[in-house]
Amino acid sequence: MTEPILQVKDLSVYYNKKKALNGVSLDFLPKEITALIGPSGSGKSTLLKAINRMGDLNPEVTTTGTVIYNHHNIYGPRTDTVELRKEIGMVFQQPNPFPMSIYENVVYGLRINGIKDKETLDEAVERSLQRASIWEEVKDRLHDSAIGLSGGQQQRVCVARVLATSPKIILLDEPTSALDPISAGKIEETLYGLKQKYTMLLVTRSMQQASRISDKTGFFLAGDLVEFNDTKKMFLNPEHKETEDYITGKFG
Amino acid sequence: MLRSQFEEDLEKLHNQFYAMGQEVLSQINRTVRAFVTHDRDLAKEVIEEDAEINNYELKLEKKSVEMIALQQPVAQDLRMVLIVLKAVSDVERMGDHAVAIAKATIRMKGEQRIPSVEEEIKKMGKEVKNFVETALELYLNGSVDKAYEVAAMDEKVNHYFDTIRELATKEIRKNPEAIVTGRDYFQVISYLERIGDYAKNICEWVVYFETGKIVEM
Repeated sequence: MTEPILQVKDLSVYYNKKKALNGVSLDFLPKEITALIGPSGSGKSTLLKAINRMGDLNPEVTTTGTVIYNHHNIYGPRTDTVELRKEIGMVFQQPNPFPMSIYENVVYGLRINGIKDKETLDEAVERSLQRASIWEEVKDRLHDSAIGLSGGQQQRVCVARVLATSPKIILLDEPTSALDPISAGKIEETLYGLKQKYTMLLVTRSMQQASRISDKTGFFLAGDLVEFNDTKKMFLNPEHKETEDYITGKFG
Repeated sequence: MLRSQFEEDLEKLHNQFYAMGQEVLSQINRTVRAFVTHDRDLAKEVIEEDAEINNYELKLEKKSVEMIALQQPVAQDLRMVLIVLKAVSDVERMGDHAVAIAKATIRMKGEQRIPSVEEEIKKMGKEVKNFVETALELYLNGSVDKAYEVAAMDEKVNHYFDTIRELATKEIRKNPEAIVTGRDYFQVISYLERIGDYAKNICEWVVYFETGKIVEM
């Protein structure tokens, strides 16, 4: 048995009094892609954000339960969120490059961590952009603004920015839903290639994306985790009727 | 479409189909040899070996269905997966007929033989094996024009069927004692003829893959 790299136990998240996530428990295995699917408001993005403690600064958010990473609860008092987010990086729905050069975007996390050595930074930029499959497209204009890139390129730079801090886990919140199909395809290919090295959690509205790319799939409905299964099982013969209805488009 | 993964899967599918094809060729070869040399041990081996072909069928069907469900292929990609599904059934049925011939071999213990007929069955077996081999090759790297050419090999097989039936009837008329053997001869040539039909089906799937048209050859 492979030991899980991340364990979510009885996790609930409230926005004010509204319960958005309802006592969810699931384990994530290293170097697997887990797709989180479900209709809007089902809790999938809430779970993703909770794993990165994104609700910390929002007074409306209350979180209960545990998220175990590296043998300790990330909601414990000793967690340094900067360190945590270095190891568990996040890519958002809307490409959000900082208004600075491609190069500076990629090394941003490293600079925050006090790395100044030019050679180290150069090396990280090349390696990260290569892994994000965008090196060839931008290598001759690393010092141009990242804002000038196409949406799909921006998103891959954002992936590179996450990769630069050498994370163990990458959280992806609908990373292709703002992109055209060609760019989306490139991101998917990139993620598929990254599977060798990283564990990924992918929130997606596209059932096809989930089925193509993931090893496991979790289906959420109204804050509950209805089914968590091998993707093959989920898309060939799901155990729950709600899952079947959702993935076949009978509702949602 | 996640190209790289789909292509990896497709390659696996092709390799397995190729392996299954080789297995069935060897079965046809051996079952005909067992029949004309009256080798019951070899016939038994053929019967046992059939499980292998059935396994291939199961594995390939499972993989194809998975590819359709998980990757939603369209156009030529979809046809590629579909023809694997269809051709796999054809190849599996060839395997069943090879077993039926092997069973006839075992049944025929000690019956009176007609050497001239068996000589012809041997030739027919060779022709059928050739046909299947060529059809499988076509499947793996084929073109539409060649598909029609290969499918035409079925006529030779059918011709053997007709002439052997005539020959056997004539021999049995001369020697009615041989009717017990004759029954099995008729069956065996039917099985071989059916294997030829399945090989022709494979040619039809190649045309479907290339053109999207379902044809009857």
